[in-house]
Amino acid sequence: MIEVNDIHKAFHGEEILKGITTTFHRGKTNLIIGTSGSGKTVFLKCLLGLFTPEKGTISYDGENYSELDEEEKRRLRQRMGMVFQGSALFDSMTVEENIMFPLKMFTRQKKSEMMDRANEVIDRVNLENANKKLPSEISGGMQKRVAIARAIVTRPKYLFCDEPNSGLDPNTAMVIDNLIQEITVENDITTVINTHDMNSVMEIGEKIIFLKKGFLEWEGDKTQIFKTDNEAVTNFVYSSNLFKKVRKAQLQGF
Amino acid sequence: MFYLDDIGRYFLMIKGVFSRMTKGSVLRTLIFKEIDDLIIGSIGITVFLAFFIGAVVAIQTALNLTNPLIPKQLIAFASRQSVILEFAPTFISVIMAGKVGSFITSSIGTMRVTEQIDALEVMGINSLNYLVFPKIIAMLMYPFVIAIAMFVGIFGGYIAGVYGGFVSSSEFITGLQDEFVPFHLVYAFIKTFLFAFLLATIPSFHGYYMKGGALEVGKASTAAFVWTTVVIVISNYILTQLLLSA
Ligand SMILES: Nc1ncnc2c1ncn2[C@@H]1O[C@H](COP(=O)(O)OP(=O)(O)O)[C@@H](O)[C@H]1O
Ligand SMILES: [Mg+2]
Repeated sequence: MIEVNDIHKAFHGEEILKGITTTFHRGKTNLIIGTSGSGKTVFLKCLLGLFTPEKGTISYDGENYSELDEEEKRRLRQRMGMVFQGSALFDSMTVEENIMFPLKMFTRQKKSEMMDRANEVIDRVNLENANKKLPSEISGGMQKRVAIARAIVTRPKYLFCDEPNSGLDPNTAMVIDNLIQEITVENDITTVINTHDMNSVMEIGEKIIFLKKGFLEWEGDKTQIFKTDNEAVTNFVYSSNLFKKVRKAQLQGF
Repeated sequence: MFYLDDIGRYFLMIKGVFSRMTKGSVLRTLIFKEIDDLIIGSIGITVFLAFFIGAVVAIQTALNLTNPLIPKQLIAFASRQSVILEFAPTFISVIMAGKVGSFITSSIGTMRVTEQIDALEVMGINSLNYLVFPKIIAMLMYPFVIAIAMFVGIFGGYIAGVYGGFVSSSEFITGLQDEFVPFHLVYAFIKTFLFAFLLATIPSFHGYYMKGGALEVGKASTAAFVWTTVVIVISNYILTQLLLSA
């Protein structure tokens, strides 16, 4: 569980996050939604400890990040996994090396143990015949699987995903969403996902917060989001053409 | 002055590079890779350039020695001095600011824009140490490149001088041994070490702190080349003043 209390973050005097308070639950896929530029990535990077908020606190299962010393912060960081928007795979390393990298850096395991663990997660994310390939030689969907495998190889307690299905076709996007959700449940991880994709919202939106211009505009789950009369949220939800048509049909009484 | 700000950040970066070391076995692999990219990969172009620069220096000196009273061996002496003191350490380093520099800036810059640096940081790795330290260590081998350049440059002068009919082989060899001051070599290698450090760190700085996308990576590479060259030329002037004109 991650508890966020009144987070503020500014760049060059311009406040990007203007006081966000919320809770992300363990074993659940928690979604941060909002239009581009609403501060989702900045918020996620605050949760990761890559950005330090000027004000507010973030607690990870009761541990307040700002009160930890450097060593404790590093240990907490190693319990986090991150799937970046563009996958951020190390392009000079093969798929296998990418996945083994966190193990190589932070454990004293033997090469064979690392290989076993790597193959375990490779199987889990259904990556076939890609071990020796470079990231540039595989498709976007495969890259995403590698990124997920690399993020979970150290068995993190917290998993963060920045727009995990951007640039993927709708079908692959759904498969990736479901994969993340299954992994979350299986390992009882607190997962936080940035997205602006309504398909993800409907598929895996167990807890949703809606950001608008740095404020938390609304929170709820995937059934509530279709019932709210918050204008910003409904605008967002029905900005997709398909939903617009569904909405129109609903209003006409189908 | 916004440059002051950058200078401050540059020194903070250097401090960051030498703190919180990456695991030794990982560093070793990275260092070997950098030696391959930065040092081994530069030898070919260096040999090529040094040979022709040495040759031209010898021809220019020969053509300007019109007074029959001046001994021909001066051609060798002048080639040796200019190659060792300036052409090998300084000129080659300026070329390397283009070759090695833009390679470093674009590779680190690409890692920045594709969030690979963030990925390292998230894992709790000191990305500055991981990325820049191996480059600095690899560049400790750079003086070998310059030593090769000195040797090949003088050899180029010999070939052009002797086979161009400006000087006899024995005159050239005698000239090479004229008034040799060992401190000149010391001076040249002090410069080389400093330039090696600048070549590793200034382009890293431009790549590491860049913002934006692919287009900006290109711009950052250009800026890195310009700034590395400017700093090399200025520090060359200062070092020469300090070490030789006492
Ligand atoms: N490192 C940074 N420095 C300055 N401004 C930033 C930085 N990162 C993000 N911003 C600004 O913060 C705002 C929100 O960005 P972001 O969180 O990326 O939005 P999104 O919701 O699309 O992920 C944008 O206006 C962006 O320009
Ligand atoms: Mg974003």
